[in-house]
Amino acid sequence: MKHWKKILFWGLAISLGLVISLAPMPVKATSSNQKLFKIQASRFAFSPAVLAVNPGDQVTIELVSQDVVHGLSIDGYDLHLVADPGQTASMTFTAGQAGSYTLRCSETCGAMHPFMVGKLQVGGNDLLWRAAGLALLAVIAGVWWKRV
Amino acid sequence: MFAPGESRLNLARLRVLDKLIKSRWPLLLARSITLAGFVFTILVGLLGSPVGSHNFAIIFVWIAWWTALKLFFIPLGGRSWCSVCPLPMPGEWLQNGSLLTKAQKSIGLGMRWPRRLRGNWLASGLFLLIGIFSALTLTDARLTAWILLGLLGTAMLLSLIFERRAFCSYVCPIGGFTGIYAKTAPLEVRVIDSDICKSHAEKTCYTHCPWGVYPLAMRDSSQCGLCMECLRVCTYDNISLNLRPFGSDLGQTNSITRLDETLLALVMLSSALSFSAVFIGPWGWLKSAAYDVGSTAWWAYTGAYLALSLLVLPGLYTLAVWWSQKTGQAKAPFKRLLADYSQALLPLGLFTWIAFTIDFAFPKFSYVLQVLSDPFGWGWNLVGTSGVSLPSALLGAAPVLQVGAVVVGLFWSANLSQRLVAKQVQPARARRAILPLAGFSLLFSLTMLLLLLG
Ligand code: SF4
Ligand SMILES: [Cu+2]
Repeated sequence: MKHWKKILFWGLAISLGLVISLAPMPVKATSSNQKLFKIQASRFAFSPAVLAVNPGDQVTIELVSQDVVHGLSIDGYDLHLVADPGQTASMTFTAGQAGSYTLRCSETCGAMHPFMVGKLQVGGNDLLWRAAGLALLAVIAGVWWKRV
Repeated sequence: MFAPGESRLNLARLRVLDKLIKSRWPLLLARSITLAGFVFTILVGLLGSPVGSHNFAIIFVWIAWWTALKLFFIPLGGRSWCSVCPLPMPGEWLQNGSLLTKAQKSIGLGMRWPRRLRGNWLASGLFLLIGIFSALTLTDARLTAWILLGLLGTAMLLSLIFERRAFCSYVCPIGGFTGIYAKTAPLEVRVIDSDICKSHAEKTCYTHCPWGVYPLAMRDSSQCGLCMECLRVCTYDNISLNLRPFGSDLGQTNSITRLDETLLALVMLSSALSFSAVFIGPWGWLKSAAYDVGSTAWWAYTGAYLALSLLVLPGLYTLAVWWSQKTGQAKAPFKRLLADYSQALLPLGLFTWIAFTIDFAFPKFSYVLQVLSDPFGWGWNLVGTSGVSLPSALLGAAPVLQVGAVVVGLFWSANLSQRLVAKQVQPARARRAILPLAGFSLLFSLTMLLLLLG
């Protein structure tokens, strides 16, 4: 492959990649809302496991444990909740930047405890769509790119 | 240092490295350390806290070692882990009758490994077995310790019955995937001048190789344990340890059909999906099903995992190859294509496992610090790190890294498919013949992304 073709190829692939990764997604204009989630925690899941909110929302979580002591913490948030069996614990916070944040059980509740997770989805799941776009780009680029 | 016209850098020419390699002591030292760590891990596994996340054995094997293997040893050094792996050591020492090199008289029957059991079939089977019991293994320190002991015992037994590293070459489930992924890695041991080898009747390298590999005949790095013994014993100093471009072993059409490697590559793909669903997904019922060994739910999980590994993914892959053969009118026999094209599953699988490991292990690194201070889970605080936890903001980068890994693997895989197809098909038909293969890789990656980020 000629030199300028290589440059063109990578220039195009990288700029497309950047567009897919960084292009602003349409944001729905939302006034901040109150959101209430009643989460049932039982070994080894939260139900509901996915909490969809918008940036700026006032989120209240009521955690009810159905079997043993479970906890709840959220990646990127300095919050912590512990619910004894049969008891409800609750907290309120303001959803920050858009993105996906993993909910984790924070009290050792049994063998699979380290894998007891859920998700706080703030705004749309942009990352998944961008990732799918990048994957498509990677395949096309891979098929096109010929090594000399 | 570069051989003319070749993109290789012989590391053994660097004076410091040469000293380290040519002496047998540094390796023995490294092996003694891993073996001591291994024995300690087994002891803690048996005696320490039954709570997995507080037990050194669980955290060190499944978080620290696993991460190091997937993120460091394999992608950068291929089978480099195998050079210091403690599992085969006691057996090999017995077999050699010495710690350093082969004694004249060796212990053991020295039988040849049965022909029908060659290849990666057993390794695939054992990996599936680990997968079936994964939820239990990854959380139960006692079981982890017993598995390590079992592997150690099997390796020792096989060393005494069969010649050389029979366990590593044909049985070890870790060695299996490490071997096939080693083809992507930028490190290799190779002959420098093949003419010298051809005229050298003694073949000291071959007689001394613990793995029974003849360096001149090596078609790729999958069976080389990087112990460097050949560099030490070669009478003509004719062997090099090369830094090479990534994926140098890939993209050739092979003269032998190795469907065992194809199956193992597919098993690694299906296992990445299944492990992600169980350990990263939010589905509590699936976690319980995988954990409650013997229950109906567990049988259903086992059935689904085996079906995915042995029917669904192999079926889809076979379909893709068949379709590609039709549209491209490739001349080679179908089986050969199945085997050859499956090379493209290697970068795909390796990077998928990297993405999985980032999600699986990163959030649990604070456990590593904790068990360092309190290995048994008895409330000690040896180095003052028993209570630490990493700031959860650090985890923000993890998803981006995962996407990066999946995308790189996919690009590499698609590009490899393209090169492999180009060897089989007329240029005019090549583009269309790639589509089914690239489609398979894309479909797999999208599923993985959905599991990781969905
Ligand atoms: S094949 Fe397995 S047992 Fe042998 S050295 Fe490699 S990891 Fe260790
Ligand atoms: Cu819990």
